[in-house]
Amino acid sequence: MSRIINTLLIGISGGSIYSLMSLALVLVWRSTRVVNFAQAGQAILSTYIGYVVVTHTDNYWLAFPVALLSGALIGALVDIFLIRILARRANSGPVAAIAPVIATLGLLGLIRAIVGMIWGGDLRRFKLPVTNHGFTFGHTTIPFAPINLLIVVTTVIVMLIFSVIFQRTNLGLALRASAFSPEIARLAGVRVDLTRTIGWAFAGAAGAIAGVLVTPTNYLSPNSLDLLLVSGFVAAVIGGLESLIGAALGGLVLGISLAFVLEYISSSLAFPVAFVVLMAVLLIKPAGLFGGKRVRSA
Amino acid sequence: MSGLVVNDLHVFHGAIRAVDGLSFSVETGQLAAIIGANGAGKTTLLRALTGLKSVQSGSATWNGESMLRQKPENLVRQGIVHVSDGKSVIPELSVKENLALGGLWRRDKKDVAIVTKEVLDLFPRLGERMSQSADTLSGGERQMLAIGRSLISRPSLLLLDEPSLGLAPLVIEQIFQAIKSLQARLNLTVVLVEQNAMGALRIADIGVIVNLGRLVTVGPSQELINNPALRAAYLGY
Ligand SMILES: Nc1ncnc2c1ncn2[C@@H]1O[C@H](COP(=O)(O)OP(=O)(O)OP(=O)(O)O)[C@@H](O)[C@H]1O
Ligand SMILES: [Mg+2]
Repeated sequence: MSRIINTLLIGISGGSIYSLMSLALVLVWRSTRVVNFAQAGQAILSTYIGYVVVTHTDNYWLAFPVALLSGALIGALVDIFLIRILARRANSGPVAAIAPVIATLGLLGLIRAIVGMIWGGDLRRFKLPVTNHGFTFGHTTIPFAPINLLIVVTTVIVMLIFSVIFQRTNLGLALRASAFSPEIARLAGVRVDLTRTIGWAFAGAAGAIAGVLVTPTNYLSPNSLDLLLVSGFVAAVIGGLESLIGAALGGLVLGISLAFVLEYISSSLAFPVAFVVLMAVLLIKPAGLFGGKRVRSA
Repeated sequence: MSGLVVNDLHVFHGAIRAVDGLSFSVETGQLAAIIGANGAGKTTLLRALTGLKSVQSGSATWNGESMLRQKPENLVRQGIVHVSDGKSVIPELSVKENLALGGLWRRDKKDVAIVTKEVLDLFPRLGERMSQSADTLSGGERQMLAIGRSLISRPSLLLLDEPSLGLAPLVIEQIFQAIKSLQARLNLTVVLVEQNAMGALRIADIGVIVNLGRLVTVGPSQELINNPALRAAYLGY
């Protein structure tokens, strides 16, 4: 029994990270119809910036907001200097579909190369904000540690903030309107280009948070977040690609399934399992487990 | 020159000359009905006037200032509001949110509240459905919502693209009456694109008949209604 609960807790913690990445991808997809492969690059660059702060100040809680703001800024810059230009120049025919894919993949490579040039390719340790030794009850120590609790709590807070912004504020209304129907939003007076850039900034911030939360639990290298990109996509597809709630739940579903497979079957199956979950969702419910109009509006 | 002045406007869709040298003007406070068959270029004209479609050549001014080569969201800030065809509402948003959209950019939140109340007085059915999502509305209600939202931007020039499309005759009459009363009450200048020629001309001050992107004739709507040749060729009765 306790093994099940332990596995569940670890799954929720891992799934939180996927949820954040998935949120970043969904925010961009639904506002610009771009599958942003560069998200892993944007997140790793933000994480390295956080790493610089944490190594110089020894203060994780200073690194966190710096990484978050860097992520937001990088996201905004990618939109302004890459995506907007593509939307203006390569906006019809087969090129329109493939250009953003190539561009964001290329940007991912570029950012990785830059990160490699600045910091080298070796694995680095990112200071833990709290311990990764499991909580102890009496004589038993469980795998779930304060760092996992921190990950879950931070993710919940981030999701709550996003949901308040999206559901309760004028900016959120503008963001949703621009995503659902840019032309009508424009005709109502919404500055859709600006709103989209803000969406990219939010996505960049979410990806950066995922980066600085997960990196202390393993290590940092120029491609240490690449697998997270894949998990984020799988989670986003499970969630139906359009909804923020779906992105969050998709991450949890994936995290929990992975945790159970790793615990009860084999630890070498993580990647295949993510793939099987993805295929199963696509075959059984292509709109995503949480897809459909009602979730889309959230 | 006050009002809307369109002069020798050319708009292409690739090789198709959708608007092919159109000129007409609408005085401030007038309601102009733009009448023409399918593919006459009416939608293209409105899209070109409100920055959704780029223009080849020609000019269009509102109260003496050029409307062309501007973004729709900036034109809205100058009082030029376009309600596009096909019930210009966002189905994923609630009725309340659709209405709010029209006033997001406005500083004067007091006036937004006032005009929102006016809209709800004009279309009480919207008031009863504020928290419903817009895709649960009937066609007529959606049109009311689209027009209501445009009013919250406090337009001085309102461009409506086929508000009667797909609606029952009784509802069409209701919508047309609402447009007419708004024109009078708010001193709105209205450009009303319609296939429902008779209905539109009855509430219009002037009629602009277009065919294949060109002007057929423009004149007081009563004269157009009474012209037997036009009736047979363009007004369809
Ligand atoms: N996006 C487009 N791409 C190519 N051609 C277009 C496009 N939109 C319109 N056209 C063409 O331009 C011409 C004018 O179309 P437009 O939609 O302006 O007509 P309309 O008068 O609004 O017709 P309707 O009454 O059916 O709405 C038509 O020949 C149409 O086929
Ligand atoms: Mg049309």
